Amino acid sequence: MEGELAHIGAGLAAIGSGAAAIGVGHVAGNFLSGALRNPSAAPGQTAMLFIGIAFAEALGIFAFLVALLLMFAV
Amino acid sequence: MASDAQGESGGLVFHPMDQFIVKPLFGDGPVGMFTITNVTFWMALTILTVVLLLVVGSSGRSIIPSRAQSVAELAYGFIRKMVEDVAGKDALPFFPYIMTLFMFIVVANFLGLIPLAFTTTSHFAVSVVLALLVFITVTVVGFVKNGMAFLGLFWVSSAPLALRPVLAIIEVISYFVRPVSHSIRLAGNLMAGHAVIKVFAGFAAIAVVSPLSVAAIVAMYGLEILVSFIQAYVFTILTCVYLKDALHPSH
Repeated sequence: MEGELAHIGAGLAAIGSGAAAIGVGHVAGNFLSGALRNPSAAPGQTAMLFIGIAFAEALGIFAFLVALLLMFAV
Repeated sequence: MASDAQGESGGLVFHPMDQFIVKPLFGDGPVGMFTITNVTFWMALTILTVVLLLVVGSSGRSIIPSRAQSVAELAYGFIRKMVEDVAGKDALPFFPYIMTLFMFIVVANFLGLIPLAFTTTSHFAVSVVLALLVFITVTVVGFVKNGMAFLGLFWVSSAPLALRPVLAIIEVISYFVRPVSHSIRLAGNLMAGHAVIKVFAGFAAIAVVSPLSVAAIVAMYGLEILVSFIQAYVFTILTCVYLKDALHPSH
């Protein structure tokens, strides 16, 4: 029973991946809208884009970590 | 976990995580501290590839570069520019370390994409070691270069005074969580991608959905090539960001 509950919990933790996807989409979309307004400044900011994506993704990774722990450690 | 997933109806006849099992390269003995495993083999292949590409490939130094020399020069210039832009000119002494990190991760990721290969960077044991090395390096460099002023990284001087202790706690937590997210981002992305390909490969045995699943494998493979490079790039650029924090801790 506990094992099955852990699997349900792991599935619920996967919702966090979707939340991270929203965050990454926000970063990329806002970068694109900014880049289309001022295309000449865009190439210098791609590093910032990836840093922003990485930070937005970090919380999704914690959700993934929780899912992994529930699957294999509980 | 691995053996109870045998499908009877021609579905999933292997577990998608089977590809990540560490096995001895010779024989079937237990995996000990110094056993030569498939991880050892693919890591050695990775290092051999990097050395061949960077040392042998660029040793000609011809005016008109060969293909290997072009790739080596491209990688060198790419990482050098990244270190200069993100971490600053005074981070250039760390350029060899960051270049090593990038080349190892990107080549290990690409070698892992070869069918039947073993993706070494998809294991937490590998990525956590890489991330912990970065974390320890950055912390030591921060204290050596700035002394106790490095702790100013946690004391946000631009915030109102009443808010600073709260922010300090958050900053300390976020500092120590860095190696966790740094390592799991790399291993998690690669592991998830390879597992998805294997799940689609399991569906390929069912005749009705077989064409769809083969097409999905091709699409995922293309995405994985992109992910392999981007994750190596993100790992490297985050190393540069952390290094910048260590060299200039003031907010």
